[in-house]
Amino acid sequence: MAGHVVAAVDEIPPGQRKLVAVNGRNIAVFNLGGEFFALNDRCPHRGGSLAHGIQTALVESKVPGEYLCSRPGEMVKCPWHGWAFDIRTGKSWCDPARLRVRQYPVTVKPGAELVEGPYQAESFPVRIENNYIVIEA
Amino acid sequence: MPYFDDYWRNSIEERGIPGFESNSYPPRAPISVRQDWKGSNGGAAANVKELSAQVLDRLGAGTAILNCLYGAHLPYSEDMGVAVARAVNNYVAKEWLDRDPRLRASIVVPTQNIEYAVDEVERVARDQRFVQVQLVTNQEMPLGRRQWWPLFAVAEKYDLPIGLHPGSTYRQAMTSLGWPTYYIEDYVAYAQAFQSQLGSLICEGAFAKFPKLKVVLLESGVTWLPGFLWRLSKFWRGVRAEVPWVDRPPGEIVRDHVRLTVQPFDAPDDPEIVQRLVDQLESDDILIYASDFPHWQFDGEDALPRGLPESLKRKILVDNPLATYPRLREGAR
Repeated sequence: MAGHVVAAVDEIPPGQRKLVAVNGRNIAVFNLGGEFFALNDRCPHRGGSLAHGIQTALVESKVPGEYLCSRPGEMVKCPWHGWAFDIRTGKSWCDPARLRVRQYPVTVKPGAELVEGPYQAESFPVRIENNYIVIEA
Repeated sequence: MPYFDDYWRNSIEERGIPGFESNSYPPRAPISVRQDWKGSNGGAAANVKELSAQVLDRLGAGTAILNCLYGAHLPYSEDMGVAVARAVNNYVAKEWLDRDPRLRASIVVPTQNIEYAVDEVERVARDQRFVQVQLVTNQEMPLGRRQWWPLFAVAEKYDLPIGLHPGSTYRQAMTSLGWPTYYIEDYVAYAQAFQSQLGSLICEGAFAKFPKLKVVLLESGVTWLPGFLWRLSKFWRGVRAEVPWVDRPPGEIVRDHVRLTVQPFDAPDDPEIVQRLVDQLESDDILIYASDFPHWQFDGEDALPRGLPESLKRKILVDNPLATYPRLREGAR
């Protein structure tokens, strides 16, 4: 696996996401409160683009009639059939053991480090004073 | 009549109430009893002796559960509903259960008012020979709704499964489309009523609220279940946030809480197809035997579909009923 520079940190503010391509593979990059997560942009059900799904909270219940809402924006729902995935783990809500989206390791690197390599910046110039999102894929 | 109190005995006479028979199977309709299983009275067994000769001895039954569908659910008056339910339960205990140790019965409840239904369960459940609470499928309100929950609480408390049988209060259309014209439409539409009730019980969270609750589908048919669960589970994956208490696939909930009886099974007479259908249920615990006597279409001595493995037959006939009805385990023969 090689590290790929896919975006400047400033491009994906907290709560936002960006669809990027690495070696022809679409990857959805999410910013959850300053932490970055990268998921394969293909829902394991039928292949819908997760980068185009809504981000929502985790909803749970201990007894009928009680709604517990937590982790706002940390679940992404496929725009095609609504299957929800945990952005932090890639696991589906409905069948976490068997059904998950592939997740890629993400790191944030300063531009100064990247200029020295061995990273591959796909399509934009790397500036020493910025920070960049690097995906291992 | 002797099982009604003075007021209701008088009232039934003075008002000329002919009875509380349901339209589903009027006693004089030929299809209310299978022609070649009639007794000497020209109808279905009308007392313990006839039942014993016509059914229990013939089928070799060690234990039989009576489900009396005589109209406690039919009157619109709450008080009349209570009177009929009490009379039916007392009659069943005295005229049937007292006269043959093989017999058990379902408790009939006045669903016109859930509080009264709960009271009737509390009253009758002291008699251990009553092993189940009986409801008809077509009620004025879907069964999962929380108004029903006190009934499920008392059923759970006394280890009584809810036995759901085709039938209607006839205060709402028999199908979701409106009133059909013919008996055949009614009869076939009950499979949809069972599906809707199962969907309601699961989605409203009745099984999440009552972890020991068991529901037995009587005369429901069986083979619609895998397709129904497939659809329910598939949609649940996309919209589960609407019902967050449904925290596992509906099929798993059904395997833990729901049992289906094998009459009718609704499968072709091909052992391989039957085997495939049984595989799709993904459980050997889910099916239990029922005769469906005396209805015209019951399969007599061939109640079990062809193609079931021997080990599963034993489960359907003995192990699964005992696991489903805790009260059968005490003193069952």
